[in-house]
Amino acid sequence: MMFDVEAVRKDFPILQRQVHGRPLVYLDNAATTQKPRQVIDAIVRYYEGYNANIHRGLHKLAEEATEAYEGARAKVARFIRAPEGARSIVFTRNATESINLVANAWGRANLRAGDEIVLTVMEHHSNIIPWQLIAHEKGAVIRYIDIDDDGRLRRDQIEALIGPRTKMVAMVHASNVLGINPVAEVAAMAHRHGALMLVDGAQSVPNMPIDVAELGCDFLAFSGHKMAGPTGIGVLWARPELLESMDPFLGGGEMISRVTLEGATWNEVPYKYEAGTPNIAGGIALGAAVDYLENLGMANVRAHEKALTAHALERLGALPEVTVYGPKSADERVGVVAFNYGDIHPHDLGQVLDQAGVAIRAGHHCAQPLMRRLGCVATARASFYLYNTPAEIDTFVKALGEAGRFFAPQPAQMPR
Amino acid sequence: MPVPEPELDELYRELILDHYRSPRHRQPLAHPDARAEGYNPLCGDEIEVEIDFDDGVISDVSCRGRGCSISQASGSMMAAAVKGHTVEEARSLTAAFKEMMINPDAEPSEALGDLEAFQGVGRFPVRVKCATLAWHVLGEGLASGDGGDHPQGENHA
Repeated sequence: MMFDVEAVRKDFPILQRQVHGRPLVYLDNAATTQKPRQVIDAIVRYYEGYNANIHRGLHKLAEEATEAYEGARAKVARFIRAPEGARSIVFTRNATESINLVANAWGRANLRAGDEIVLTVMEHHSNIIPWQLIAHEKGAVIRYIDIDDDGRLRRDQIEALIGPRTKMVAMVHASNVLGINPVAEVAAMAHRHGALMLVDGAQSVPNMPIDVAELGCDFLAFSGHKMAGPTGIGVLWARPELLESMDPFLGGGEMISRVTLEGATWNEVPYKYEAGTPNIAGGIALGAAVDYLENLGMANVRAHEKALTAHALERLGALPEVTVYGPKSADERVGVVAFNYGDIHPHDLGQVLDQAGVAIRAGHHCAQPLMRRLGCVATARASFYLYNTPAEIDTFVKALGEAGRFFAPQPAQMPR
Repeated sequence: MPVPEPELDELYRELILDHYRSPRHRQPLAHPDARAEGYNPLCGDEIEVEIDFDDGVISDVSCRGRGCSISQASGSMMAAAVKGHTVEEARSLTAAFKEMMINPDAEPSEALGDLEAFQGVGRFPVRVKCATLAWHVLGEGLASGDGGDHPQGENHA
């Protein structure tokens, strides 16, 4: 199927709007993506047509809602080629909650004093803090794999840090600042040492074809809102035998089988991990987002974003004041380009770009240890999705050059 | 240039850009009577303030840091504004500055003088913390120092 970006853009109502009198150029997709009409309609259809609680009512609406929600679970399983299907898919609020679930449900039962958890310096806070909390509680030790000057994980450190004491390796698949990591290789190494492997797929699952069996990991966490779905719905994929053996994370309704005043037995997998009424509309709409992405074809999405990234790297590379962080090739990145422009603070860049209608991110990207490692307090970041165009990147780069001249040491005319 | 709206002029007034490009009062003090530092985790702005007191008067002040143009220009202009003034005057100036951030459409206090250049920042809510950081840090420095003429403990708000 041909990828027609102009047709894709028509599916996203928000792309019609203007910002400060300019057409919106939305380049903050690594923070959250926009939603197509198909996803928005799925939410409206649920609330207008068959809103009901799931898994408990005997009436028609409850039956329809349960079918749609469980149908979405099956779609998500198919989307990441989960060999064991829907029972390996736990719905959470977001990737952060998915990682917290593993750190608590697995970590509490399996970590002992002196055990080691291996992370990387490029992790998002969501893949650092849950491990720090459980490590502190259990007396476990966290080791961090460093990066080289191109922002790639250091192979010597991967091999040096993963060893017999390692119980868990938790690593981002595609960084929200740098590039793509060799998670399959690392997973194989973790398994050789008897450790488990969690992959943070928040920036990879939305942007490239994913096959969890090929990743070779034990857990995969990702968020719906970064893949054209709504906020408030996330996914934890896990090998079902791990889901069977771990204790629950949150307790309440839905996750139990039988409750007495003395105790309880747990519901079957994956419901054991879904306490309380879930985000039903969110789950159903995530299913609609998966349908949307599969209809475009994830290989096409990846090719489109890679071309955009290559274009952006080329244009930014022509500006001598710009420092781009991470690998220089689009092959090693998803559609994320973090950069700085001379000494200009990213917030000042972001402010001027906003006036030009261009939305980028400026800050530490929830990766303060990485910012320190890169030797900066913050960076600017442009990130692309399936509806962005090369012309939008040109608009962004042009505005960037003008912002640079505005803040240059010599007083300049206020740009017009 | 695709920045057609007047709002950006309100934020980045020429006086602010001048202090951003050539910040004043960045020299550290030899033996400061008080010092404080502050951090804005949202953007990573950092400000460090050192103060010398002489009989209730801020006889010298240094403000250093790194961060966005608004935070650094604000520190520079704050230092210029409070040097030579009493602790009480600095406190009331701080209150007037913060009031201007909260109510950007009201007439700013005359005591603010040049600091009135920051009035437009109040219309960019995300940037207010950048502009007020130096003033928060100054307040901490004033509270930690003896102020020169106050009995012990009185300054701790």
